[in-house]
Amino acid sequence: MSESARQDSPEQAEFRDYCRQWLASNKPKEPSVRLPLSPLEIMTEEQLSYLQGWQKSAYDAGLVGCDYPVAVGGGGRTDCQRVANDEMIAARTPFMPNVIGLGMAAPTVFHHAQEALKERLLPRLFSGQEIWCQGFSEPGAGSDLASVQTFAERKGDRWVINGHKVWTSLAHFADWMILLVRTDRSHKYDGLSYFVVPIRAALGQGVTVQPLIKITGETGFNEVIFENLEVDDGYRLDELGKGWQVAMTTLLHERGAGELQTPRSGGMKSKATHSSNTANLIELARCTSRNGKPAADDPLIRDRIMQLVIREAGLGQNQRRARVSALQDHPARLLLQNKLLASEIAQAIGATAMEVEGASASLYLGDDNAPAGGQWPMAYMNSYGMTIAAGTSEVQRNILGERVLGLAKSK
Amino acid sequence: MTQPDNFGFGEEAALLKDSARKFLADNFTTDKLHRMVASDHRPERISACAWDRDLWQQMVRLGWTSLAIPESAGGLGMPLAAVAGLVEELGRAAFPCPLLGSLNATYVLTACGNDGEAALTEIAEGMTATLAITNAEGSWDLADTGVDSTSGQLNGTAYFVQDARKVDRLLVSARTTKGLSLYWVATDAEGVTIRPDAIVDLTRDQAHVIFENVQAQAVSNNGVAALSHAMPAIWTLLAADITGAAEWQLQATVEYAGTRQQFEHPLGFFQAVKHPLVDVMVLIDQCKSLVYNAACAFDTEPKRVAQFAHMAKASASECAAFASSRSVQSHGGIGFTWECFIHLYFKRQKHSQLLWGDAAWHRAQLANILIGTAA
Repeated sequence: MSESARQDSPEQAEFRDYCRQWLASNKPKEPSVRLPLSPLEIMTEEQLSYLQGWQKSAYDAGLVGCDYPVAVGGGGRTDCQRVANDEMIAARTPFMPNVIGLGMAAPTVFHHAQEALKERLLPRLFSGQEIWCQGFSEPGAGSDLASVQTFAERKGDRWVINGHKVWTSLAHFADWMILLVRTDRSHKYDGLSYFVVPIRAALGQGVTVQPLIKITGETGFNEVIFENLEVDDGYRLDELGKGWQVAMTTLLHERGAGELQTPRSGGMKSKATHSSNTANLIELARCTSRNGKPAADDPLIRDRIMQLVIREAGLGQNQRRARVSALQDHPARLLLQNKLLASEIAQAIGATAMEVEGASASLYLGDDNAPAGGQWPMAYMNSYGMTIAAGTSEVQRNILGERVLGLAKSK
Repeated sequence: MTQPDNFGFGEEAALLKDSARKFLADNFTTDKLHRMVASDHRPERISACAWDRDLWQQMVRLGWTSLAIPESAGGLGMPLAAVAGLVEELGRAAFPCPLLGSLNATYVLTACGNDGEAALTEIAEGMTATLAITNAEGSWDLADTGVDSTSGQLNGTAYFVQDARKVDRLLVSARTTKGLSLYWVATDAEGVTIRPDAIVDLTRDQAHVIFENVQAQAVSNNGVAALSHAMPAIWTLLAADITGAAEWQLQATVEYAGTRQQFEHPLGFFQAVKHPLVDVMVLIDQCKSLVYNAACAFDTEPKRVAQFAHMAKASASECAAFASSRSVQSHGGIGFTWECFIHLYFKRQKHSQLLWGDAAWHRAQLANILIGTAA
């Protein structure tokens, strides 16, 4: 939903004015570096430091962490993050690099950490000075996340961690990791515990980060190997054996169904920035010739695009309806669909764009003749990251079938 | 103008929706529906037009037919978002009645301005109505009609008239020398003959209506404009009906998938059954969200209402088709029989899917708005 379709509370209206004014004079200049598609594709220190600079200035201005209490470095406001998000997106600001920190680590730390730890970690998370990554998946624990084997063994008031995490975006730049480990091998779910781990400080001393190369050819995510890493018990979140419940807080927010709004910023284009939405798809169809006529005039292409327009609008209106309790029979029914729909719609848009491009869809980033700089095939391939990460679409359908419809649990 | 965040669906609307749901659940079960409409299974049957007039009269007394009528004409002047909530519940119950027809006529008459006011007052006083605006080929182009008007006399035939045998009045579109005019005609007027169609759907009746030298009073001489103004509301309400019916289909199928056991597990354990049912839910939610968005646009953002209503009905038609398909398939053999109630909704939804424009037609209209007309 765009902000124009909503009515603000007095606090939101005042804050919106403030955001607009601040952004009008403080939006950063077009970077000299190429911006990646998303924070998860940050590949160079130059990209990172440009984006960190932006996040810091947005945080200092009060546009990040708006709804968190002042004591933990937040703005102490009520439901204002989405106002800041609307305005940052409308102003086409760069995105924020600390995406895992803001979207997943912050709400998890906020809900489950001791007060002192929150006060220590959250301000530098919000400002982007400390980058976070997520250590959940393992080679043998993907969709079946609760089968993680990375083990933390107690040694006095410290823990010794051994194991192997994969698909760890941003680990090569990260200061901190949220980490799901096993502390008891005799219970699957109740044998899990949850830590925050200062991984940068431990590089070469129990932590090894190795890059993985994605289907697109980009780097950006990693595998992380723990060998006898010692961690203080003070970095444990919530009780021993409650790791699964803590992980649910993280996943709820990762899937866009959390209570705390994630700061969102974006839209600034550099040569290679790109977004898979139907407005861009329609633009592509207008500019692409098909048998001597614009592809946008082909009735079959038009129908395909309108199917996507409707799905995209439906998702936007779901998010609006999720805040109107009188129009819902089950509180989590709409929220739990967010991630499934957003990822599958983006994938379908990418696939359709390639069909619109026709033979030119074969051209990739290095080809001067590639339409839109070769971004559509790249976006299409990247969309599989979204339909697989944070619980595959298949797992999402199990969750919806079981938790919302009450169907029998599948194995 | 901007849309309110809550779709304009306030306390009054929530109360109306809840009370409608309760009223229907208390007074009208699916079992009762089946006994009422499904006594004759023969494929050659002529639709019996069986319905519960007493219960309908209670609904009229509750004010449901005058919800959308402006206060100036004796109605309640409620927003479309609230009316959609009521219609969603009626769809869930699949209650055979002329509510949708009367609401449709209300929106068209309201768009007729002063000339429609007397007819609106009749609806406010309890008269029921339906639209008679479609030609023999079922064209969705509002300029098409099978009726001609010559000096105030109607001749010709209106086709696909919904619930014609349940209503008191017809809102007829007829071609004149100047264009298209709308007429308000009593179903028992001289020269009006209602010929029932033999239809698949058991929860509705449908007819073609023959006009022979029928004297009639015009309520609009700019029929296309009045119909164009009202159609987004009409599409949206039908989409709301579909949403409610689809939710019934989903819940009935989920219940069956929870009790029926095969291979030592309830059907819902198997992802080949579970995942399509989740996809039905996803389509229902898309449709429902788009319905309230379109309704709210009708109330507050007229510039974009056509765009949003095309989205709602396109989505609803897809939803009707898929929810129906999965409801029968997931019930297996029993779902293929007359005794299983699933068929009542299956047939109602297939009827709704194709009424007032199918998904492809609405998407084509939407493309004309969002991309522009193709060269």
